[in-house]
Amino acid sequence: MSDTIKDATLEYAIRLGDDANVLGHRISEWVSHGPFLEEDIAYANVALDYIGRARMFYGYASELANDGRTEDDFAYMRDDRQYRNLLLMEMPKEDFAYSQVRQLFIDIYYGLLLPELVKSKDDTLAAIAAKAIKETRYHLRRSRDWVLRLGDGTEESHRRTQRAVDSLWGYTHEMFEMDDTERLLVDSGIGVDITKLRDDWHRQVGSILTEATLNVPEDSWTVRGGRIGYHTENLGHLLTEMQFVHRSYPGCQW
Amino acid sequence: MSSEQNISLQEQQFMHKIKAEEKIEPKDWMPEKYRKNLIRQISQHAHSEVIGMQPEGNFLTRAPSLRRKAILLSKIQDEAGHGLYLYSAAETLGITREEMIEALQSGQAKYASIFNYPALTWGDMGAIGWLVDGAAIVNQVSLQRTSYGPYSRGMIRICKEESFHQRQGYDIMLSLVNGTPAQKAMAQDSLNRFYWPALMMFGPHDSESAHSAKSMEWKIKRETNDDLRQKFIDQTASQIEFLGLEHPDKELKWNEERGHYDSGEIDWEEFHNVIAGNGHCNRQRLEHHIKAHEEGAWVREALAAYNAKKQANKAEAA
Ligand SMILES: [Fe+2]
Ligand SMILES: [Fe+2]
Ligand SMILES: [Fe+2]
Repeated sequence: MSDTIKDATLEYAIRLGDDANVLGHRISEWVSHGPFLEEDIAYANVALDYIGRARMFYGYASELANDGRTEDDFAYMRDDRQYRNLLLMEMPKEDFAYSQVRQLFIDIYYGLLLPELVKSKDDTLAAIAAKAIKETRYHLRRSRDWVLRLGDGTEESHRRTQRAVDSLWGYTHEMFEMDDTERLLVDSGIGVDITKLRDDWHRQVGSILTEATLNVPEDSWTVRGGRIGYHTENLGHLLTEMQFVHRSYPGCQW
Repeated sequence: MSSEQNISLQEQQFMHKIKAEEKIEPKDWMPEKYRKNLIRQISQHAHSEVIGMQPEGNFLTRAPSLRRKAILLSKIQDEAGHGLYLYSAAETLGITREEMIEALQSGQAKYASIFNYPALTWGDMGAIGWLVDGAAIVNQVSLQRTSYGPYSRGMIRICKEESFHQRQGYDIMLSLVNGTPAQKAMAQDSLNRFYWPALMMFGPHDSESAHSAKSMEWKIKRETNDDLRQKFIDQTASQIEFLGLEHPDKELKWNEERGHYDSGEIDWEEFHNVIAGNGHCNRQRLEHHIKAHEEGAWVREALAAYNAKKQANKAEAA
């Protein structure tokens, strides 16, 4: 592997790891706060899948970096300006509708991305993707079912769900944008060309929202910046909580 | 045959089954007090699993490593699952989950008082898994032989998962005592705060226990509070020693004759005080549960409305 490709792959593993870590953290906030016990179990299950993914991506990042940094160094010892997750992942948990709509957007995204990443020339990334595909299939069944029920449930649930769709929509655009790093990886057969997933994503999301009697928003606003560490204010608070114990006792094994 | 004779015959058959170590099943006749007693105990057990998610959930977002966070997540997920099995076991006795939750939230039903103690440090995640789940296991192993079939089978299933809970807690303690002096101090502090409350989990002394005698006769309970507590004291002593921590019970002494440890007296005033509502978290735990439940009301309503619509559509199509 050439140094440029290796650096780009490291950056890519960190991005995917940050996505999984931040989202897994957000989902874990639901545990013991769900609308009923079965949902607490489901949330814990999905959070666990994402924390597992974060560990695999960071583990690969530490292998590539080969400078002594561990998975926990990536998770706990970087500030928000160094985090590379998509903004959608760090948005607060809000209400059940908001979290399920976010999850639907992400599940459809990974449902398209992972089958491509499985074909990566990078064996480690391909293997992680292969494991994650099965999890995402289950996640998508759940978020899809919930968005249908909430959209087409009561007046209140419809209103809350439409509000969630409208407030999250502007954060979905950056999911399909690439920079030079990712373009280089696409050219080398390692990374996924996410610009090509955009239409399918819109088609799938559109058809579920319509079935759920929800409106698909106009593309009137867009916020981007996660991949260059230009985050919303939410991430700083999330990291403050996540990193508190780890950073209070520097250099410890847990 | 008069109905009185009939009942006494049924009662005889019931006691015969109990004596023969046969399980009582949901469709079998059972004395009303046996049913009530079981509902009280199983629902209290279910509520404990559910309320017990809070102190650990409280540290999920601060777990100091991704590995620990994953382990803690899967432990809490198990506890929620235990709550589910136990609610279903209680439902076989003719009560609904909604009624049980209502009783919990109104304060009419109890949960284990141990969860009224605050989880303050990462060390508490170790102490809770090791001591609180550890004490629960001693009790639950004994309950695998309880006379009510669904409860007994629930316990067998739950015990398989519980040993992982205790191990992960003890493993947290091991990492702490093998770490820096600050980590070791954290472990000692957690042990000091959770040891006595863990002993209290077995309930009052046998001589003081309100529900014990009848429960033993019906084989709902299989061993007394004091016998179970002794088992726990004995097994924990060597674990504390292995960790190299100071034992919180200064009067603890091996009694060769009894083949058990003699121990200091539990502070029963604290025990009753916390049960009476004066623990750090009594209010918080219930309010947390009520808040999540109330915030989830519109979700449950939406689910019901959606299902009703689908039913209606199906009926129309048919
Ligand atoms: Fe899963
Ligand atoms: Fe449990
Ligand atoms: Fe447990």
